[in-house]
Amino acid sequence: MDKTPQTTPRKSATFDDYTLSEIRRAASTGIYDIRGGGAKRKLPHLDDLLFLGASISRYPMEGYREKCGTNVIIGTRFAKKPIELKIPITIAGMSFGSLSAQAKEALGRGASLAGTSTTTGDGGMTPEERGQSKTLVYQYLPSRYGMNPEDLRKADAIEVVVGQGAKPGGGGMLLGQKISDRVAAMRCLPKGIDQRSACRHPDWTGPDDLEIKIMELREITNWEKPIYVKVGGARPYYDTALAVKAGADCVVVDGMQGGTAATQEVFIEHVGQPTLACIRPAVQALQDLGMHRKVQLIVSGGIRNGADVAKALALGADAVSIGTAALVALGDQDPHWEAEYQKLGTTAGSYDDWHEGKDPAGITTQNPELAARLDPVLAGRRLSNYLKVMTLEAQTIARACGKTHVHNLEPEDLVALTVEAAAMAGVPLAGTNWIPGRGGNY
Amino acid sequence: MIEFDLEKEGVRGLNSRLQALAPDTNERKWSVLNPMGAHAIAVGLTQPITVEVQGHAGFYCGGMNQHAEVIVNGHAGPGVAENMMSGIVRVKGNASQSAGATGNGGLLIIEGDASSRCGISMKGIDIVVGGSVGHMSAFMAQRGNLVVCGDAGEALGDSIYEARLYVRGKVQDLGTDCIEKEVKPEHLEDLARLLERAQIKADPKSFRRYGSARKLYNFNVDHADAY
Ligand SMILES: Cc1cc2nc3c(=O)[nH]c(=O)nc-3n(C[C@H](O)[C@H](O)[C@H](O)COP(=O)(O)O)c2cc1C
Repeated sequence: MDKTPQTTPRKSATFDDYTLSEIRRAASTGIYDIRGGGAKRKLPHLDDLLFLGASISRYPMEGYREKCGTNVIIGTRFAKKPIELKIPITIAGMSFGSLSAQAKEALGRGASLAGTSTTTGDGGMTPEERGQSKTLVYQYLPSRYGMNPEDLRKADAIEVVVGQGAKPGGGGMLLGQKISDRVAAMRCLPKGIDQRSACRHPDWTGPDDLEIKIMELREITNWEKPIYVKVGGARPYYDTALAVKAGADCVVVDGMQGGTAATQEVFIEHVGQPTLACIRPAVQALQDLGMHRKVQLIVSGGIRNGADVAKALALGADAVSIGTAALVALGDQDPHWEAEYQKLGTTAGSYDDWHEGKDPAGITTQNPELAARLDPVLAGRRLSNYLKVMTLEAQTIARACGKTHVHNLEPEDLVALTVEAAAMAGVPLAGTNWIPGRGGNY
Repeated sequence: MIEFDLEKEGVRGLNSRLQALAPDTNERKWSVLNPMGAHAIAVGLTQPITVEVQGHAGFYCGGMNQHAEVIVNGHAGPGVAENMMSGIVRVKGNASQSAGATGNGGLLIIEGDASSRCGISMKGIDIVVGGSVGHMSAFMAQRGNLVVCGDAGEALGDSIYEARLYVRGKVQDLGTDCIEKEVKPEHLEDLARLLERAQIKADPKSFRRYGSARKLYNFNVDHADAY
């Protein structure tokens, strides 16, 4: 042997390729990384749970033949006109501004076809969206962009947004390049400037004020509309309890996988708790107050299929909400546009510079040519198909667990694959009766 | 004048009656007795009626008002005339924080002082304050006019967009990206018009004007320490 043996070049797990590229990017630009989407790191999630299915002690329901209900009624606590959805999957609030008018319309169409609600977002309500949404939830956000009493009265429900899972404690920023004439006019701001969405409401702070704010919104809308309170997955037990105390009809808890239109990467990946870790504490708060199933709980953040829906419901949620998955159903990240994703320096499935407004799929953009690529009727149909598939999947699981309604799924139907998931979800580690953090033996 | 006893019939009773009035109603003048600081008095009104609150109002009096005139013969709590669209809200006494927050239109008059964050995120409303305003007033103010006949507290107009601020007295300090601007004839006209509508006597020439330097309109890393 004439050569000294060399060790194989080895990359650091700590300083991996992504980390190195981010250091170089930061060093050359001096600006933190802003992007859309939710947490990309691997987190304990609903995949870490499994259903047990039926057995000698639990008999199943016949697929397609025996009834398995999926409807959900929201707002029974105080609203004169609660809303009834056919399926326990709603479309989350995504702003007109971050999304094109066509995309908003498509969300409305898809949701209506599938018998569920869609939600406005920062920036107000568009006529396209109202027109195409049978049930529309109107967001009441800190920025109050586009907020007005006419639209408030046109809404079917009101969602007071305290926070989002992608950025609990953070406001928003719509960068100048996405501010078209129409977006600017709806927000009462000049065109082309960065528009900050405040992180705190301008006229209330804390639960006592929130109670008065909710009362005011009810007074303005004749106590008709269900009022939701949406929080990021920060302190789900206390936030849920305080929202209930403040008079909410429904609490929306959005975990850290939840998407956003644009926020700092550091925020998305490092603030908040995973969706899986948020559900049980929120349910516990409702149970402790005797309000479970009286105040509805909607869970969001990384919901992708009927199994996720069924698991969230089994843990105690009344419904789930989807953002990212709905956009994908419309056509976002489609390999069909791969050549164009490549030109933007990315690839289908990884595209997340939504704030730049250059979305090849025409969804997260205000560029009229790109936006025209999305046919709202066709895209709405796709979304509706997807929602129906998710619902069928959730029913399939529920029937296999012997349930005549998806709301009858329960934690006892679940086990966890990992110790972490078992602790977070409060269900036993598979093959044991051990629920970490709750005592018990195995 | 129709008298409405708030203590007896409650806020729900009041608002549902006022909100149900038809455009051609002849029940145009209302007097609300015993308000006792109740919240959400006369919110969500849509008709050009006059509602006089005979005492102090709690949070959000006149909230989201359209076309109506709401007069508070007392003090008003936080968020008076919040998100007002049109019409007039007049507070004879002082107002608590966030007066006129996010208002889109109409005129808010506070004859006394207003607390902190007066005109926060205002989107087109005009606000005339006979006395002084507290800290962080006109924070992120987007559009409309804020006229302060007295003094302004710390950080006036912080992160302001296109709203116009006029202060007659001392400004403790200006917030980020807010600067003093020249008072041109058009501004004197605006001021004269607003003061007259507010029925507050003050010489337009005695005010100084403040607005956005527009330096922070597009993010620039070299400005990061300005905040
Ligand atoms: C493009 C986009 C825009 C969003 N805009 C808003 C918004 O305006 N208000 C809000 O409360 N949440 C907003 N969200 C968050 C969603 O409402 C929801 O919480 C999140 O998308 C759920 O997680 P998922 O994307 O994993 O389904 C947005 C999300 C996306 C992807």
